[in-house]
Amino acid sequence: MSSITTAVNISAKAGTQTAPSTLLSIRNVAKRFGKNVVLRDISLEVAEGEFLTILGESGSGKTTLLRIISGFESASAGEVWMGEERLDRQPPYRRRVNTVFQHYALFPHLTVEQNVAYGLRVAKRPDAEIASRVEEALEKVKMSAHAKSKPSKISGGQQQRVALARALVNRPRLLLLDEPLSALDANLRRQMQVELKSLQREVGISFIFVTHDQEEAMVMSDRIALLRSGELEQVATPREIYGRPATAYAAQFIGHTNLLRGEVRGGSVRCGPLVWSAAFRDGPALFSLRPENVRLSDGNAAMAGGVRIRGKVRHQAFHGATELIRVECGDGLVLVVRTPGSSGALDEVELEFSSADAILVRESLERI
Amino acid sequence: MFSRAYKAAVTLPPLMWVTVFLLVPYLLMFCYSFWSVLASQTIEHSWNLTNYGQLLRIDVYWQTLLRSMWIAARVTIFSLLLGYPLAYFLSFHAGTRKDLLYQLVIIPLWVSYLVRAYAWKTILGSDGVLNTLLQYVHLTKHPLEFLLYSPFAVVLTLTHIYTPFAFLPIYAALEHIPRNLVEASHDLGATPGQTFWKVIFPLSIPGVVAGATFAFVLSLGDFLAPLLLGGPSGIMISNIVVSLFGAAYNWPLGAAISFCMLLLVVSLLFFSERLEKKWSFS
Amino acid sequence: MELLVSDAKFDSGSRWLLIHAVAVFAFLYLPIAILILYSFNGEGVGGFPPHHLTLDWYRTLFADAPIWDSVLNSLQVAFAAMVISLTFGVPAALALERAQFPGKALFRRLVLLPLILPGIITGLSLLMLFNVMGTKLSLMTIVLGHGTALISVATTEVFAGLQKLDRAQEEASLDLGANYWQTFWRITVPNLKLPIIGAALLIFTLSMDEIAVSFFLIGRDNTLPLEIWGRLRRGITPEINAVSTIIFVFSLVAIVFWYHLRVRGEGGADAGAEIVAAAEGKAI
Repeated sequence: MSSITTAVNISAKAGTQTAPSTLLSIRNVAKRFGKNVVLRDISLEVAEGEFLTILGESGSGKTTLLRIISGFESASAGEVWMGEERLDRQPPYRRRVNTVFQHYALFPHLTVEQNVAYGLRVAKRPDAEIASRVEEALEKVKMSAHAKSKPSKISGGQQQRVALARALVNRPRLLLLDEPLSALDANLRRQMQVELKSLQREVGISFIFVTHDQEEAMVMSDRIALLRSGELEQVATPREIYGRPATAYAAQFIGHTNLLRGEVRGGSVRCGPLVWSAAFRDGPALFSLRPENVRLSDGNAAMAGGVRIRGKVRHQAFHGATELIRVECGDGLVLVVRTPGSSGALDEVELEFSSADAILVRESLERI
Repeated sequence: MFSRAYKAAVTLPPLMWVTVFLLVPYLLMFCYSFWSVLASQTIEHSWNLTNYGQLLRIDVYWQTLLRSMWIAARVTIFSLLLGYPLAYFLSFHAGTRKDLLYQLVIIPLWVSYLVRAYAWKTILGSDGVLNTLLQYVHLTKHPLEFLLYSPFAVVLTLTHIYTPFAFLPIYAALEHIPRNLVEASHDLGATPGQTFWKVIFPLSIPGVVAGATFAFVLSLGDFLAPLLLGGPSGIMISNIVVSLFGAAYNWPLGAAISFCMLLLVVSLLFFSERLEKKWSFS
Repeated sequence: MELLVSDAKFDSGSRWLLIHAVAVFAFLYLPIAILILYSFNGEGVGGFPPHHLTLDWYRTLFADAPIWDSVLNSLQVAFAAMVISLTFGVPAALALERAQFPGKALFRRLVLLPLILPGIITGLSLLMLFNVMGTKLSLMTIVLGHGTALISVATTEVFAGLQKLDRAQEEASLDLGANYWQTFWRITVPNLKLPIIGAALLIFTLSMDEIAVSFFLIGRDNTLPLEIWGRLRRGITPEINAVSTIIFVFSLVAIVFWYHLRVRGEGGADAGAEIVAAAEGKAI
């Protein structure tokens, strides 16, 4: 069937290896609320057992996309397929998809145990089966001790685990998580990120995780789908997105970067005072240069493909393991440099980077 | 945060007024219930329990009280049956028209009781609109007598009047249910019907208890509808009290019955509050 | 690019709910509609179908002096009751929301009791008070009755308004150097304008329509509802339909106005729910 070929094409376009097998196929999905276009022509494949993060700012449409998959919104155009079945034609209570809600949505009148058992009771599973599956689920999220408590008596982090257990106990084919960690404080958040990731590995089902936190996305995901104003900027593994961002937005949204605007002419790139040779087509060009790829020159001879420039230090920000240094290099060019540890007080410096680290990126179109 | 002068200025006047015009009258009523009335139509402050004794022994009081409670119970049940689905519809299905529809429900709530009771009186009579309509379309040949001057008329009118009272707390309770709970239920595989019985209804019970209490207590103490539409078979306990303060001139006995009603209402309120707390989960 | 059919919002369940809702609205409004219709009916209050539509009954009504006397009485009572209820209800709300004092729980319940207590009990207990005090029954006693019973309405409306008031505003005022009284008049009261006006409107309307408590406290002069009641004992006439129609229209306008005042405050679509909740002892 053509769906298989499409799957191959799309995952190739996304720059990944051919995924083991495709679980979910989102095809040209668009969503409008009245005149407001929230999603434009989204096509995305999710593989079996993959941890995919949909990353975007608020208003990017990420929650809407998730809700289309879970069934709480219907797409204005396009289709969603799971395996051989059209998913979007089914009401939410018939889909083999479960959601962990942003504010957990635990039923206040039921105990933790009863919450987790809810989906199984509704499906009229036998009592013995329900009891054992619930017990197993609670153990996996380390909430067995609180089985008989009501949601109002447990903490936010604990509620989140219960919400997770409640979704997973039904053995869905796909788990959707709508910014589940955003209400937790920083330390708990980091802890939960690790736990969620290992939980996903353990149960082996596909997770689609929605967040606006780029660090979180990088830590947890097999692949990241970067969404901006209703369009996919880039879909790739964290390393690829970081190392080879496709657009200026991708480069800036994930991690820090220096955006260098310049011109290519006759195999030579000129960005303000910087010049290096590169085999690109002539014309205006935009480059992303990560601060950690810019070094303080050690005074030795420049390496092949190296670019050097002098500048004056304007600001140094100590970040513990690294330091970010803003350097004014003349001609309006400011470079941010990341050095390991602390470099002491600096004034005039010489910077150096390899031209291979200047990644050519596309301009992201502004949508009005 | 506030100075003592401010607190005193704000607390004392209402406290005093309420003491004089609410607390003292109730206490007075309590006192009256122990007195007796003499043949000369004067009230003797003789402090005994005769009135309460009479209440317990004389049949007509018991029967009327029971009939009143039965009428109030029916009004409550019908008000809930009418009010709950309406509240549910407004809360979950009304979309943009919710606001307008809500106003349409609360308007009858505050508009004159008398107007509404009177409307039913003109509709239900043997020459009334309903009977003549039925005869006009040849559904009946003679006027239906039971429509007016019967417990039926009282129940019907009181249901009409108290359905919005039952609606309000139920609607408030339904509105307070976070919508993501409904979505979570669907997400976990429950159909809308299952979601209603397992999630929505349990969380709305405090509202139902509140609405039921309202409808029951207010119908129980009603005397106007029975006077207008009840006829001899529709007399309620408050009518007896009214006559005891009127033609049958026995204030102490009337006070005794009233005070019992007051106690009944207060205990009903107490129990319904407890019940609501038990079923409240937020 | 096929357009999807959105979730079937109108499954059979919600169709029945719609039918039920329409039926309940019909139940609530048809009797009043019929009453209004028949106020124009030449033939009288009953009978179907109505024919010979006329304004005669309204003409009779406008010439009916005792009715207009009672309207005047009702207006006076309503204004006076409004003043009393607000004078004591607003401080009561402040006391309940802000202050702690012995007997607060009892005070709270006492103030709110008339909301749910059948009017007969409130009316009779006041009657006994006036009897013991030797006060003759008159419009004044009715004023005292309404004023007392409706304090609860003033209190709940203002209390709801106080809760919506951001404490931080008052704290900011104090921080900027204003003392408690200045803060009260410059910050608190202006924010309570809407609830107070709303309460006034509601109290006025309820007082105009009030009959249960008034029944027991009436002297020589009738209020409008009692005047109508008296006539009903003598027999029903379409003139009563006419005056009822006018009462309904005025009440309707007042309530809609009150609702929009209330909702303008915070866009909460449960205006009125606080009164019912308070009667249940909950909101306050």
